[in-house]
Amino acid sequence: MSTIDKTVNQAAGGVANFADDTVGASKVVNGFARKIFPDHWSFMLGEITLYSFVILLLTGTFLTFFFEPSAAETTYQGNYIPLVGQHVSEAYDSALRLSFDIRGGLLMRQVHHWAALVFVAATVVHMARVFFTGAFRKPREINWVIGVALAMLAVFEGFTGYSLPDDLLSGTGIRIAQAIILAVPVVGSYISFFLFGGEFPGVDFIPRFYTIHILLLPAIMLALIAVHLMLVVVHKHTQYPGPGRTEDNVVGFPLFPVYMAKAGGFFFIVFGVIALLASLVQINAIWAYGAYDPSPVTAGSQPDWYMGWLDGAVRLMPGWFEFTLWGFTFSMNIFIPTTVVIIFALGSAMLYPWIEQAATGDRREHHLLDRPRNQPTRTGLGVMALTFYIILWISGGNDIVAHMMSLSINDITRSLRVLVFLLPALAFVITKRICLGLQRKDREKALHGRETGRIVRLPHGEFIEVHAPLSDLERWTLVQHDTLRPMEIEDRVDAGRPDTIYGKVQRRLSKFYFEDRVEPVTPAELEASHHDHHGELEQAHADEIDRASNPAIGTSQTTHG
Amino acid sequence: MSDIERADEAHGQPGTTLAKPEGGVPDRFENPGLPPHKHRMGDTDPKAAKRAEHQVVFFLLLSMLGSIGIIVSIIAIKYDGSFDQVSLSTKAIGLSMFLSLFALGIGAVHWAKTLMPDDERIDMRHRQRGTTAEREEAVNILKEGAAEAGLGRRPLIRNTLIGALALFPIPAVFFFRDTGPLPGNDLSTTMWKADTYLVKDPEGGRIRAADVTLGSVMHVLPEGIEELEHPLNEKAKSAVLIMRLDASLLTEKQNNWGVDGTVAYSKICTHMGCPVALYEQQTHHLLCPCHQSTFDLTQDCKVIFGPAKRPLPQLPIAVDDDGYLVATDGFSEAVGPSFWERG
Amino acid sequence: MAVVVLIALALLLVGGLYAALAPRDAQATTATATADDIEAGKKLFLANCATCHGINAEGGAVVDGNNAGPSLIGVGAAAVDFQVGTGRMPLAQSGAQAPEVDKIRFSQEQIDQMAAYIASLAPGPAVPTEEQLDASNFSDEQIAEGAAIFRTNCAMCHNSSGKGGALTAGKYAPDLTDVSAKHIYEAMVTGPQSMPVFSDNNIGQEDKAALIAWLVNENGDVRPDPGGLTLGSLGPVSEGLVAWMAGIGLLIGVSVWLGMKSS
Repeated sequence: MSTIDKTVNQAAGGVANFADDTVGASKVVNGFARKIFPDHWSFMLGEITLYSFVILLLTGTFLTFFFEPSAAETTYQGNYIPLVGQHVSEAYDSALRLSFDIRGGLLMRQVHHWAALVFVAATVVHMARVFFTGAFRKPREINWVIGVALAMLAVFEGFTGYSLPDDLLSGTGIRIAQAIILAVPVVGSYISFFLFGGEFPGVDFIPRFYTIHILLLPAIMLALIAVHLMLVVVHKHTQYPGPGRTEDNVVGFPLFPVYMAKAGGFFFIVFGVIALLASLVQINAIWAYGAYDPSPVTAGSQPDWYMGWLDGAVRLMPGWFEFTLWGFTFSMNIFIPTTVVIIFALGSAMLYPWIEQAATGDRREHHLLDRPRNQPTRTGLGVMALTFYIILWISGGNDIVAHMMSLSINDITRSLRVLVFLLPALAFVITKRICLGLQRKDREKALHGRETGRIVRLPHGEFIEVHAPLSDLERWTLVQHDTLRPMEIEDRVDAGRPDTIYGKVQRRLSKFYFEDRVEPVTPAELEASHHDHHGELEQAHADEIDRASNPAIGTSQTTHG
Repeated sequence: MSDIERADEAHGQPGTTLAKPEGGVPDRFENPGLPPHKHRMGDTDPKAAKRAEHQVVFFLLLSMLGSIGIIVSIIAIKYDGSFDQVSLSTKAIGLSMFLSLFALGIGAVHWAKTLMPDDERIDMRHRQRGTTAEREEAVNILKEGAAEAGLGRRPLIRNTLIGALALFPIPAVFFFRDTGPLPGNDLSTTMWKADTYLVKDPEGGRIRAADVTLGSVMHVLPEGIEELEHPLNEKAKSAVLIMRLDASLLTEKQNNWGVDGTVAYSKICTHMGCPVALYEQQTHHLLCPCHQSTFDLTQDCKVIFGPAKRPLPQLPIAVDDDGYLVATDGFSEAVGPSFWERG
Repeated sequence: MAVVVLIALALLLVGGLYAALAPRDAQATTATATADDIEAGKKLFLANCATCHGINAEGGAVVDGNNAGPSLIGVGAAAVDFQVGTGRMPLAQSGAQAPEVDKIRFSQEQIDQMAAYIASLAPGPAVPTEEQLDASNFSDEQIAEGAAIFRTNCAMCHNSSGKGGALTAGKYAPDLTDVSAKHIYEAMVTGPQSMPVFSDNNIGQEDKAALIAWLVNENGDVRPDPGGLTLGSLGPVSEGLVAWMAGIGLLIGVSVWLGMKSS
């Protein structure tokens, strides 16, 4: 061993000893270093979210050293000609100075904003993966609730963030947010005046949004993320079903060194991709919008993408939903597509694990994920929710769609008012049918084997395609899933009593979920199919063996036999 | 063992703990166990392994280049006030960052994929929930502790404790009282009143009635708005549009409150407060760009499409002796978005 | 990874080449009209415009409540120069909008003649002179004031960067990129189609010159975009699309690679 190696080893040993003396590091290493994590690309989606959050913290901290969270008026005297001599807020001025006078400033602003967009996008994709694979089932219900809460907080964090530079576009967004607050019955005007320190826009909202954006929400989100990750450690990560994988084990690779390299490397990859976007594609050109002023407005006023669904809901709502009664105005045309829709979406998402538990009566722990096709109703509901979300999203950009595609915006809006209800329903039905179809295909494959593409003529003249039977390993993934049936009267121990409302609801739900189903192949069915096709399969088997020894079989050079 | 536990136990290995019918087929398939391990090229061929090692080293070297590139870009590209420098610097630093980060990540992942052992290992899981015995013990501890606290025997302590804890957080709300004033009638009143002159937005300056040509639209503010302490607060309520069209297209009330076909309307959308600024000259429609509420100027700005409910309020104007446009009164109703007390 | 960088560089290259090599508008010279010009203009008018606008430019017949073509008496030379010069007129087919057309059927001389004829019918806005459009001596503050006037009067239809926007029922405010200063001025004073009239009493002539100098950005230094590709300057909608397609797309691609067993 060289001297350098020896010194390094000694130093490392010293550090290790110190760590063990202080916090019992040896126990940590023994417990965690070889923890097994399962491997699948879809498990990286949550990591994209996590790493984007870290990037936001890092770049955000840089930005706070240059941003002035003040609405005090100043005169712009910088390099950007179209604003010289104009009255702008200190916040806007500092954001321009950061973009144009600070080396790397514009880049950091763009990294921060692109990371925010990717952060929320990854949250949605991660949430979808967790939903469609049933990873929210016991014992992970609380983690799911925390995740939904994090998603909503991320949206508000983004909103307060891009509103800080006080430019025309984000200011228009704040005006709309204020109107959403005003539309809250009874207390709306009070909440608005307390939040804005008086009339809109006031001078308080910039420093207050700043506090919310850099202190309050990040602190809450960090705490929730910590719990979220801790629960993953406590519960251990779920895994996809497959040979060798059971409810009682985790099959994968150790944290040290494989996942430290893969997950650690992935952080740099996420950061790198966001940096690539930030260096090549401009985002949120606040100088082009101008400072916020309640009088001008730009065509194509949209919030950042993750709020587009709410903007779309507001655009679709007809005006006659607002009415006055007893001298009070009920702005249901605003209250419903904003506050009510948010509460409904959040509520139904958070409660879903328990809705499904009521339908299945299943209170067991689940660590093997579902293949989405094996839960047709759940998958259908998920696609339905996503379709609803996407249509609202498109509605939020209806003027851009109209302009880019040379259509009438009025026609688009009227059509979307219908489609927003029609398409999700259609999506549910179509998705469920597709899932059931895929399940039937799985059954076919399990029972009759893989299609080999070889056509064989039987002695009595019939043509058949030879199917190669699946090996145990290949078949396992197709047949391992649970059979969930609609609840019968005398049934699972944890079902509600049939004469209570809860019991009745349970049974209706259970029927809705599981009445249409395709059950996995059982060994008995496989045996039965063997008897049916015994002859052909034996033939195919024999052929396989012959072919191995004589490659000419199957060509015109031999007769079948 | 409870039914739940029994079901749980069976859950682990489908097919194995369920009863097998005598001399028959099992109910469900059995897990065939892990598939045989397939070796990578690098596992068996030292040359392939060396190649992979070189690839990893290559990426890590690229990353080093990128990191140096960041430093060089920041130092070398000076900001002299030109935007070309800003553009160059952003791209140079940014692409160096991309190289520095992405290559490092690819290198690390490639290392793990090709060289670190990839034989699958197994850890066992443990049920989250405790056994029946553990649950019983927990319940006993809780019961004992509760008995020691004596809450059961001393309901007065229990009740006042609940009261104190429930009351404790409520004052927090009251700390926020001074975050803002009460609305008062701020939402219902604007700076406009009789004898307020109309001035151009943003240039300023009074407007002659004769200068407003047919088919034109002007953006207008009340005179004196710039002298206010918070002009933007007033702008959010007082921004006004004046448009001139053929007087025969307007109703009697509109003409009474206008001058020769020139009418003034609040620019603040009655939906959510965006400026309703898009004036379509030929159709006499006002379009709000935020949610596409459309107001028809010839019907006293009634809503003809979109999510708004109430028409835009009209501002009554007249001409003074020098020919300048002046308001004859304030708005007869609250402008801007609806709120509960609007009535 | 290398592929991504290559594609990005290729995009940059193509975009840069296009920006450098895209043709610019030819500048028209304004000359005073002679009687011959008016006569030639009248002939052109009768051949190309009278079917919709009437033989004496008094307006076409009203059919089914639709006016085939409005009266051109009093619209001025500016209106003709704008409408014909941008190809909007002669209108190929009636619809929600009279769109700008790339291939202009008439030479600038012919357009000047038709403009002279229409101007001879009744007084109306004239074609702006070079001096009227000249903002070369303007201070930065004046240019900035012009931009502020644009934001208040124009951005709500044409978007803060002049990229255009939707109006009701299939109409739209067009993209103002590569529109000549002269045409912009003329559009403002004549109020074509849905656009309102912005006479010189509304937005002063000097303010117009400053606004146009900002909008046209002839030397490219008034409206920089130092952050990179602008994605059409359409705002958060296009940014969100790119974040999903490029950002999430790339990252999912890398995730799949990361999870795959190495050969």
